[in-house]
Amino acid sequence: MIQVTVNGKPVQIASSMTVEQLLDSVEVPPNYLAVEVNADVVPREEYTVTMVNDGDEIELVTLVGGG
Amino acid sequence: MSSSVTPTESTADDKPLVVGGHTLASRLIVGTGRYDTMQQMRDSLDASGSDCVTVAVRRERLYDRNGQNILDFIDLDRYTLLPNTAGCYTAKDAIRAAKLGREILRTLGNAGSDWVKLEVLGDSKTLLPDPVETVTACAELAAEGFKVLCYTSDCPITARRLKAAGAASVMPAGSPIGSGQGLLNPNNLRIIFEYLKEDDADYPIIVDAGVGTASDVSEAFELGADGVLLNTAIAHARDPVRMATAMKHATIAGRAAYLAGRIPRRLYGTASSPTEGVISTRPYGSNA
Repeated sequence: MIQVTVNGKPVQIASSMTVEQLLDSVEVPPNYLAVEVNADVVPREEYTVTMVNDGDEIELVTLVGGG
Repeated sequence: MSSSVTPTESTADDKPLVVGGHTLASRLIVGTGRYDTMQQMRDSLDASGSDCVTVAVRRERLYDRNGQNILDFIDLDRYTLLPNTAGCYTAKDAIRAAKLGREILRTLGNAGSDWVKLEVLGDSKTLLPDPVETVTACAELAAEGFKVLCYTSDCPITARRLKAAGAASVMPAGSPIGSGQGLLNPNNLRIIFEYLKEDDADYPIIVDAGVGTASDVSEAFELGADGVLLNTAIAHARDPVRMATAMKHATIAGRAAYLAGRIPRRLYGTASSPTEGVISTRPYGSNA
């Protein structure tokens, strides 16, 4: 098991995996998400080739109401 | 007191508001926050007549998703989304939020993927902007290709700095965010309009924040604002949909009044009816 941080919370995952594999465990339409790994935005086209490794900090964000 | 900015175009019709390459049908931009329900928000946006709405970037609530996503209640073919950096207190965080918002809008195919409403706060009580961080973030985002619409205070010097830093629009606050105090310093706003439009008459300036009711919107346009951005004044009105309708009319009325040109303020009255041929005697024996 490795540990990553997702939206500020520690999360255990089996091993290094792609962003796409990580998102498979998240119940939101991928259309509405943007992903950051270690403070860099990962473009949607790169979900399948960008790896998430031990200790990475991941942010999964969406749009909400705001002014 | 005449307006400090004279419209250059015919008053017979009006040009649309163009900001950062986006042509907007309405000069009113509305926020999507603080509504009781998504349905109420959707109906209020509709009633406002706006075709541009702001949204915020936030962490997805993972694994316990029972809420609705706002994007299911906003017609992306009808509205251009303007993602904001609300809640950020440093240039670094604001730039991150801007890039994340851009990525979401890009994947949605919405026209708003190249612009951002930059908001860098300095204080959580007043919600006043941090001018140093705002100017820093504005310059960096502009260099990255963003069209930056900058929320700022009503300080004319900061406004000038932001324009120089590459802001596509400077958006001075009428009063603190969500305060409903209206336009606290109309004179500062007039100076901002005058300074930023001096050699650049079409440079868009949008009054953002502080609106309490419809007359505040009209006043902003009468002073020379190109647009008004508001949220709480509609969302927290007793009847948001009705207030949204009022804001639409206030926008039309204020802009038309600006283009029509208000009369000067005079100390003494000037009669509307002819003074000749009137049957009257005057008190005080004065014809002055």
